[in-house]
Amino acid sequence: MSTVQEVNPRVRGIRAPVNLQGLAACISEQIAQGVKKPFKSVIDVSSGDPHKAGMPPISFIRQVMAVCLYPELLKEKSLPLDVRQRAQKLLDMCSGGSVGSYSTTSKGLPEVQKSISEFITRRDGGVFSHPEDIILTIGSQKGLSVFLNLLTSGEGKTQTGVLTPMPCPHTLPMLLDMTGLALVPYRLFEEQGWAVNLDELHRALEAGRVHCEPKAIYISNPGNPTGYVQDRETIEKVIRFAATNCLIILAEEVHQGSVYGQDKEFISYKKVLSEMGKTYAETMELVSFHSISTAYIGECGLRGGYMEVVNIDPAVKKYLTVTSSAPVLPQLALELSLNPPRPEDSSYNSYTQEIHHIEDTLSQNAKRACEFLNRVEGMSCQPSMAGPFLYPRVHLPPHMVEEAKRLGVKADVLYCQRLLEEEGICVGAGCENGQEDKNYHIRLCIMTPPSTLEEILARLCSFHHHLLEKLV
Amino acid sequence: MSQQAVNGVAHRGRVLTLDSMNPNVKRVEYAVRGPIVQRAVQIEKELKEGVKKPFTEVIKANIGDAHAMGQKPITFFRQVLALCSYPALLEDSKFPEDAKKRAQRILEACGGHSIGAYSTSQGIECIRQDVARYIEKRDGGIPSNPDNIYLSTGASDAIVTILKLLVCGEGRDRTGVMISIPQYPLYSAALADLGAVQINYYLDEDNCWSLNITELRRALNAAREHCNPRVLCIINPGNPTGQVQSRQCIEDVIQFAKEEHLFLMADEVYQDNVYAEGCQFHSFKKVLFEMGPEYSNTVEMASFHSTSKCYMGECGFRGGYVEVINLDPEVKAQLIKLVSVRLCPPVPGQALLDLVVNPPQPDEPSYATFMKERTAVLSALAEKARLTEQIFNTVPGITCNPVQGAMYTFPRITLPQKAIDKAKELGLVPDMFYCMRLLEEDGICLVPGSGFGQREGTYHFRMTILPPTDKLKVVLQKIREFHLRFTQEFS
Repeated sequence: MSTVQEVNPRVRGIRAPVNLQGLAACISEQIAQGVKKPFKSVIDVSSGDPHKAGMPPISFIRQVMAVCLYPELLKEKSLPLDVRQRAQKLLDMCSGGSVGSYSTTSKGLPEVQKSISEFITRRDGGVFSHPEDIILTIGSQKGLSVFLNLLTSGEGKTQTGVLTPMPCPHTLPMLLDMTGLALVPYRLFEEQGWAVNLDELHRALEAGRVHCEPKAIYISNPGNPTGYVQDRETIEKVIRFAATNCLIILAEEVHQGSVYGQDKEFISYKKVLSEMGKTYAETMELVSFHSISTAYIGECGLRGGYMEVVNIDPAVKKYLTVTSSAPVLPQLALELSLNPPRPEDSSYNSYTQEIHHIEDTLSQNAKRACEFLNRVEGMSCQPSMAGPFLYPRVHLPPHMVEEAKRLGVKADVLYCQRLLEEEGICVGAGCENGQEDKNYHIRLCIMTPPSTLEEILARLCSFHHHLLEKLV
Repeated sequence: MSQQAVNGVAHRGRVLTLDSMNPNVKRVEYAVRGPIVQRAVQIEKELKEGVKKPFTEVIKANIGDAHAMGQKPITFFRQVLALCSYPALLEDSKFPEDAKKRAQRILEACGGHSIGAYSTSQGIECIRQDVARYIEKRDGGIPSNPDNIYLSTGASDAIVTILKLLVCGEGRDRTGVMISIPQYPLYSAALADLGAVQINYYLDEDNCWSLNITELRRALNAAREHCNPRVLCIINPGNPTGQVQSRQCIEDVIQFAKEEHLFLMADEVYQDNVYAEGCQFHSFKKVLFEMGPEYSNTVEMASFHSTSKCYMGECGFRGGYVEVINLDPEVKAQLIKLVSVRLCPPVPGQALLDLVVNPPQPDEPSYATFMKERTAVLSALAEKARLTEQIFNTVPGITCNPVQGAMYTFPRITLPQKAIDKAKELGLVPDMFYCMRLLEEDGICLVPGSGFGQREGTYHFRMTILPPTDKLKVVLQKIREFHLRFTQEFS
């Protein structure tokens, strides 16, 4: 029998997942079997998954998807006309008129590539995007994994490194481990709302160069999990830094569609790059990632997204898509989200209403939760401007830190475990987001129905008070 | 990397180039979507633009995509998926009760009752339980544990994951993986990407592409000189060859794996596609357990299935699973960690898989239609398999083994020496030259045998048997005429 020594060392080197969600599922199962708990049900807000948290899908998108899945519904008069017409258009893009065929090219459905490039061109005020540079992915995580796999090389001191924000998306550290890349952390400045700091980037790069070869900088904008939206000046500085230091920019921009902060606006790295003159615009290697798991449609389970490659060597580009092709349904959902109903369409009103409702909910939740948590003793929270998360800082009493040491777990993980066991709330631990220092944080999804948020806040507050009251 | 200051800004070469990129990825090729397909797509564009050609459409008989070739989806599956997508349709009386029940059960198992929520990385629990029950039923009651089942993004994802898990060592200790020649090029691509050693064992063309233990042993012993063979991959029913292994053969392979301490990877995605008289699908797991505890308690195995083939043909959903047997618990823990990196498999694909393993039962309203549709697809494929073998064998210079199963034919073509020389002149492998000419002259896209591997000095092509019967007849006729012309031209 193969032993663990015979397992791929790269796989063994992947850091162990914290798996609070497994514990949450376990407790839910116990409740279902009648075990008594201090709470009626578990609320899991550890991932940016609005549907799991109770937010509804967008009707128009689901209606069109249903018709595409079962084309008999093209004749169903009770479904709006524009839904049926749109479904027909989408089915015409698919081989054999079926969402069950493979994509016609390994980069995805060409019509969807075209739609995406048109969306990007519109979004960036006319900066041209070429359909051939768009690759449909099985979610941004997988897209990033494919690109990183191209980048990875070397071992020890020649191992490729990626400058990574701290905090970063909680799924990123494991991904870097799996693709054999060194994580070179650069601290985001909490006291400035989680801003990027140029001096810190320089420090991180120098420190990184001692033990690896940094070749890329990972940017999350809007920030995941921080919700920080970078301004033009910051983006320009980062681009110059990357150019000077020969770094590829990996711009994860999946939360671009859910900016709710006042006076905040998403500007893409590509747009800023295009306005920095030919030398930068035509040489800076940049990859931008987007996904349907985010914004107001929140279709995480469908697994869909795209990456746009800018100034990537054509000889290398062809290796980005070899064997696997993205599932068809999420490509169609993406197409719908980028080309929503227009004012003359029958679904326009309901679509717009639903989007606005979710947008308002998120915005109000963010404000409410941030104010609330800032009033809880031992907690502080920077305001978030975009995306589904809030990332408050929690002060952990010495007894918890000591207990964690005794048990051999990270202190913030212990906090989350206890919160889950005592109050039935599952949040993410800051260490999953790469936070290694003693400033403990938790991550929670605030894209939930307002009543659910109130429940979460109440239980969290109660838990934290009890924790501080305990002396031992 | 050159650097010149231009207007004070460092003008650098690219960071990511062929030289600096991951060297393993450069060795990856995948013939099924390779250069011939790119040319086919180009020709389609030209046709659309009105360019005159000797044909009006390109027939893509290169890829195992049933729906693209006109096969209809199974009504019941699509009804349930539509209900899952837009649950308001549960109120619609036009949907049968059994479809609604399935949809409700699936939705209840999803976070927030939506197929848009992430699932756990191993896959939705109740679906894994259904898969386990399906396997038990298929294998005559041999128990299957849902914990050993990992849902995946098509079988390809699971195959690559297991290979990734098992590849280790350096130099002479580097993991060697045995794969049949000819093989489905996902395997060679994955092995190249992982930097594993590919160990080729030849299937016996003269005996209907059967597997020969002597040949396995030869390949293994030769490989031991330069690597550490640890894995044996077998595709049954076969791709591209379509052979369905006999029960005895499967026993022999298991015996061989046990003796040589090999991890068996059984790719069984075509398990419902069996056509030939006297052929039957025997699952590797079933045979393993019927060989007794000495084998069933020790031989490590992974078997793969998918929603892309069989009678469903739902490639675009990327649904699949792997069942692992006899994995060391610590190794399993590493597997669980590995799959969690990619979050979760697409939920619609998981839902579809649930329906495939849990189809309408005789006492349910949708049963009659379901069985009618399923039978129609499988019998059409059987008929096309027979027709293909028959017609190809009437062509001098084409020899075609019976298409016992799967969806492809892999006939051997005799090429005149002059053609082989011409190909070399053009820098093309001879069967690629042949297939390119066929594409340009008749608009038929096949995959050259060199993409799958073949014995030195032999040439083949892989054609799918998926086009509708009438169209297939035309395709077979055209290939016949092309082959005669081609042979004549280069005689």
